[in-house]
Amino acid sequence: MSLRLRELIRSVRSCKTAAEERAVIAKECATIRTAFKENDVQYRHRNVAKLLFIHMLGYPTHFGQMECLKLIAATTFPEKRIGYLGLMLMLDERQEVLMLVTNSLKNDLCHKNQYIAGLALCALGNIASAEMARDLAPEVEKLMSNSHAYVRKKAALCTIRIMKKVPELTETFYEAASRLIRDRHHGVLVGAMQLILDICLTNGPSAIAEFRSKVPDLVRIMKSLVLSGFTPDHDIGGLTDPFLQVKTLRLLRILGQGDATASDQMSDILAQVATNVEGNKNAGNAVLYECVQTIMGVESIGGLRVLAINILGRFLSNRDNNIRYVALNMLAKVVAVDTQAVQRHRSTIVDCVKDSDVSIRRRALDLVYALVNASNITTLTKELLEYLMVSDVEFKPDLTNKICALVQRFAPDKRWHIDTLIQVMDQAGGYVKDEQSRALIVLISNAPELQPYTVRRLYSVLTQSHPQRALLIVGVWCLGEYGDMLLLDGLLEDEEPVAATEASVVRLLETLLKEPMEETLIKEMLLTCTVKLSSRFPNSSPQIKAILEQYQGSISLEVQQRACEYSRLFVHEAIRPALLENMPPLNEDLTASGRANISMEGGSVDAPESPVAAATSPIPAAISPSGQVPPTQPASPQLVDLLDMNVVDEPAAPAMNAPAPAVDLLADLLGDGVAPPAPMPAAGTYPPPTSPLSAPSPADWTDISPALHVHSSALD
Amino acid sequence: MIHFVLLISRQGKVRLAKWYTQYTVKERTKTIKQVTGAVLSRGPKLCNFLEFGETKLIYKRYASLYFCVGVDQEDNELATLETVHHFVEILDRYFGNVCELDLIFNFHKAYYILDEVLLGGHLQETSKRAIHHVVTEQDALVENAKNG
Repeated sequence: MSLRLRELIRSVRSCKTAAEERAVIAKECATIRTAFKENDVQYRHRNVAKLLFIHMLGYPTHFGQMECLKLIAATTFPEKRIGYLGLMLMLDERQEVLMLVTNSLKNDLCHKNQYIAGLALCALGNIASAEMARDLAPEVEKLMSNSHAYVRKKAALCTIRIMKKVPELTETFYEAASRLIRDRHHGVLVGAMQLILDICLTNGPSAIAEFRSKVPDLVRIMKSLVLSGFTPDHDIGGLTDPFLQVKTLRLLRILGQGDATASDQMSDILAQVATNVEGNKNAGNAVLYECVQTIMGVESIGGLRVLAINILGRFLSNRDNNIRYVALNMLAKVVAVDTQAVQRHRSTIVDCVKDSDVSIRRRALDLVYALVNASNITTLTKELLEYLMVSDVEFKPDLTNKICALVQRFAPDKRWHIDTLIQVMDQAGGYVKDEQSRALIVLISNAPELQPYTVRRLYSVLTQSHPQRALLIVGVWCLGEYGDMLLLDGLLEDEEPVAATEASVVRLLETLLKEPMEETLIKEMLLTCTVKLSSRFPNSSPQIKAILEQYQGSISLEVQQRACEYSRLFVHEAIRPALLENMPPLNEDLTASGRANISMEGGSVDAPESPVAAATSPIPAAISPSGQVPPTQPASPQLVDLLDMNVVDEPAAPAMNAPAPAVDLLADLLGDGVAPPAPMPAAGTYPPPTSPLSAPSPADWTDISPALHVHSSALD
Repeated sequence: MIHFVLLISRQGKVRLAKWYTQYTVKERTKTIKQVTGAVLSRGPKLCNFLEFGETKLIYKRYASLYFCVGVDQEDNELATLETVHHFVEILDRYFGNVCELDLIFNFHKAYYILDEVLLGGHLQETSKRAIHHVVTEQDALVENAKNG
């Protein structure tokens, strides 16, 4: 005897443990399978119903799929009803079994009982595959003029599914759709609006032009809804059928967009809705919200727009969070059209950024970004920075980068620009993208008057414990370039003095180098910075040399190589200062193109790797002992500024890839003119590292090899 | 359009799940998990909308049940909320003071009603009376077939 559905549910609910539940289900599934195998007709629909329950609990039920098809093919309504339900829940369009149902569907679509035709339409509308849609489209089209409203409304929505699966059929439904919007039944009208909306979305301007002639019909429908008295069937919160109103308004928006005549035709009714609909219930607000969207979306006259903006203002001050949410959402769309109107609500919007509701905060933030311009950047950035401190972790990356982008775009002056970016990096440096650090460095290098100030600020931030990554990058670069300016006088107004001496700066670098770091990039930069300071601070030169020597045995190949090469510089005392000269101002315009350049090359850089080499490129000609004048071609500026900063953690570009001029440059410098471009000596299995100075010439490998030995012995 | 309708209990149990766009079994499980996590953790006075990947999640709590609906970004959130309420009112009218237990034992009827409210992810009928009428009439058809 088969268990009743109700009993199964009860016994599953009485299970105390998951294991117990599994046992009950397994037992029941076995019984159902046997019944299916024996082709038990009497209880088939009950078994499928039980399977649906089991399916909902998350157990596999695929063995019931064929039974659904059998039920659908049966003649009675109860069997069909549960069969179609099973079809929709257990199958979807990907299953091939679904094709087998096409014929049953076709029969049921033409069934004289409206409920059976309804079941078939519902199934088709929910899970039709492209093939089924193509096969059954003619039947569905016919049903749109069925005598039962129940069938017509289902056919209209079913058609949407068919169009989605087979877009080229769309045009065949134009006529039926136009006919449907003259229907009197609200269900059919809602379906018709949706159908035309989807036709317009699928076929674009041509369909929109076609249906624009229906605007007067839509206006008439709208008018009857707004003006009609109480209708018990469709009344919600004192409004007649807000669902239909919302759909109609939405369709009007699509049809009125960019068309003055159509917009003019609907302007009266839009004004009427905007002024008469009360916003004290959700349904009323839904209609108002849609109406505002339509007013702003079509070619409305100014007065109407003012009306719409006022509604949004009212929404914004509403205590209901839902209403505020949609107001922010809508203002974000309006801001592109009418910034001035939205600016008026700026303070309310900024308050919303601090709301306790994450959905509201997100919307408000989006809006604030859109509101920022040159005149309010300082105040809004202050707000955003305050928010940055308290915001959730998930917000921070986005927020940080948006602030950086805004500052970059609207900064009123360079000092404020630098100050703000340092502040952002101080608070959320871990989230700042490398491009932003790079942009700040470019900015600083182009503002000589602010360099002393900047380096003082960065120095004081770096002396705090654990500076953030982005800040370290910028700070270390600036210390290396402008460290000597720390000792100069001349504070800007309202600036706090910084007590820095040569020794303290070197000590700072030494401490920073000792900090454990996940990536070696910062360490590499620190070494470059240290060596650069050796020429800025001649008195501290011995200490610097000692520091560098500590890292000659570093376990990181990159760090080790830099330490070794930089230590070698102390041997060539004559050229060291020239080598370590300040970078020329970096080219602001080329940062972006340089980046493009890199991405084109798949992230590898086959050009001189270092600022130093690039910056000092003319020198080799002067000191080349062999008289071989290497091409004094400065590396392309695009690469200079980029690589100079060493911000990008490029995958080590094979040294062999370095272009010939670069190789020559270095060969002359360090290899004492002996630069036969020999094949690279076997550097063992070590990947050729990127040199901080430049791609090393083959000759250089002999110089470096001791370091490699150190390295390998360290590994032993 | 509506991409899915989920009824989730306070304990995180799914009481009804209907999908109007293609989700693989894996995606369905994942979505249910995410929706449950997102909705159950929300405080009472917050708004009923949540950004949810490509879709927007509109949810409302009725007694012990959360009605959750995934819609397109550009859909009218307030109207969707009204649609959910529409569905709940029809359930209420059909069961007479509907409670979670009604939906557990008559889950198939909840689906039948939903199929009269929505089709293919779009609202199908705006009159509660009309829906009540067609559902009870279909029930009568079933009863007749049983008895006759």
